[in-house]
Amino acid sequence: MLGFGDRGWGFALIAGALMTLAVSLTGLLIGSVLGSLIAWAKLSGHKVGAAIGDAYASLFRGLPELLVIYFVYFGSSALLTATGNLIGIEGFLGVPSFAAGALGVGIISGAYQAEVYRGAYLAIASGELEAARAVGMHRLLMFRRIIVPQVLRFALPGLGNLWQVALKDSSLISVTGLTELMRTAQVGAGSTRQPFVFYLAGLGLYLTLTFVTDRFFEAAEKRATRGLKRIHG
Amino acid sequence: MNSSAPTAITVSNMHKTFGQLEVLRGISLTAHEGDVISILGSSGSGKSTFLRCINLLETPDEGVVTVAGETIEMKRRADGHSVPASQSQVDRIRSRLGMVFQNFNLWSHMTILENLIEAPVHVQKRPKAECVEEAKALLAKVGIDDKANHYPSHLSGGQQQRAAIARALAMHPSVMLFDEPTSALDPELVGEVLRVMRSLAEEGRTMLVVTHEMGFAREVSNHVMFLHQGLVEAEGAPRDLFGDGATDRFRKFISGQANPAN
Repeated sequence: MLGFGDRGWGFALIAGALMTLAVSLTGLLIGSVLGSLIAWAKLSGHKVGAAIGDAYASLFRGLPELLVIYFVYFGSSALLTATGNLIGIEGFLGVPSFAAGALGVGIISGAYQAEVYRGAYLAIASGELEAARAVGMHRLLMFRRIIVPQVLRFALPGLGNLWQVALKDSSLISVTGLTELMRTAQVGAGSTRQPFVFYLAGLGLYLTLTFVTDRFFEAAEKRATRGLKRIHG
Repeated sequence: MNSSAPTAITVSNMHKTFGQLEVLRGISLTAHEGDVISILGSSGSGKSTFLRCINLLETPDEGVVTVAGETIEMKRRADGHSVPASQSQVDRIRSRLGMVFQNFNLWSHMTILENLIEAPVHVQKRPKAECVEEAKALLAKVGIDDKANHYPSHLSGGQQQRAAIARALAMHPSVMLFDEPTSALDPELVGEVLRVMRSLAEEGRTMLVVTHEMGFAREVSNHVMFLHQGLVEAEGAPRDLFGDGATDRFRKFISGQANPAN
């Protein structure tokens, strides 16, 4: 039943796992763009910017993920349909569930990532930024050469956690019909009436994904914190 | 002072206020090439602020800074605050002023060698190979060539400060600014940093040194300024200032430095 033959579900489950990986990764990247913009708004010292950043973070950290995903999926489709009708395209227009799902996961992840980036920026020793100014670096150069590498370094542990959260949140996208790992397991369980087998397979594949990607983050962290380790101790 | 040598830097009538507190109340300074000027004063006298206003890490309310003939242009904003007229000019002049901080401030994500070539390569846009060669020579000069590929956190405070001095030298600055370079160091590490600074003075570097090291001020510098409450209380050649020319307040200050417990 779980084999790779004609009647096996093996290929479908692997494809579902890869879809999960793809949609989570896209979500994480969308979240990193949103998160860094919000962190920047909060750190800017600009009152309106900080208020918008705060509102975003408290809103999307305070809502259930499933609700956000439903909202983005149906909301964006309704918006698209209305726009379509305006320019003369009849009928319902759906946003692809991959795009809507990745956006939903990204919006939530962004709210959390903002805090990670903000904390990472505040962890940079202010003297190092002063030293950059003192050698005549202009703002963009300082951002690229001093701030970004250090923010990444301090943010990696937090990002590793948020990646795992995104990976698991992506299972909620199954409600929109995207055939990622959760959806595939559900369909398999329903059509063969073997829920235990299929959910066990899903469980194994989710664990494999989290375990393998966790090793990847560990290696990245090790590499990024080279300068922080002392030779003795 | 080497008044026959060309002028390296002039500062005239520097004022700075933080809130209600008037930290600098009109300080002027002229350094000719090769001058080593020690700036002394108790905490709160404004000596560090004065140094930080010179390269605009703090923006002075008033005052004119001229480095190697180029004057930093300032303008007044609508609210009356003084601000630099051109940030690119500020960046250019900063790259000619080698700043050494109390807390070293090496970039912790780069190796010592990377710290040294960062600004020469990315700010001055010099060829990397040339900068690396020069950086290695500078590290040898300050005695830590074996640390080139270490990260700052692997070095002792004295080694970090020597690396920071080398980083400043790598920019070929016309003037070196030292902001209490030995104050954050354990006593046994002070000597190695002072030795490097002394050798720079001996090779004719123009240096402005905010310090508590009376021995350095007396023996290495050729001019001493004593600040008190934002003004120059006394200044002159060290042998005059530390000798018969000493004001009562300066005498009191020196004895306080010699016996900090009192």
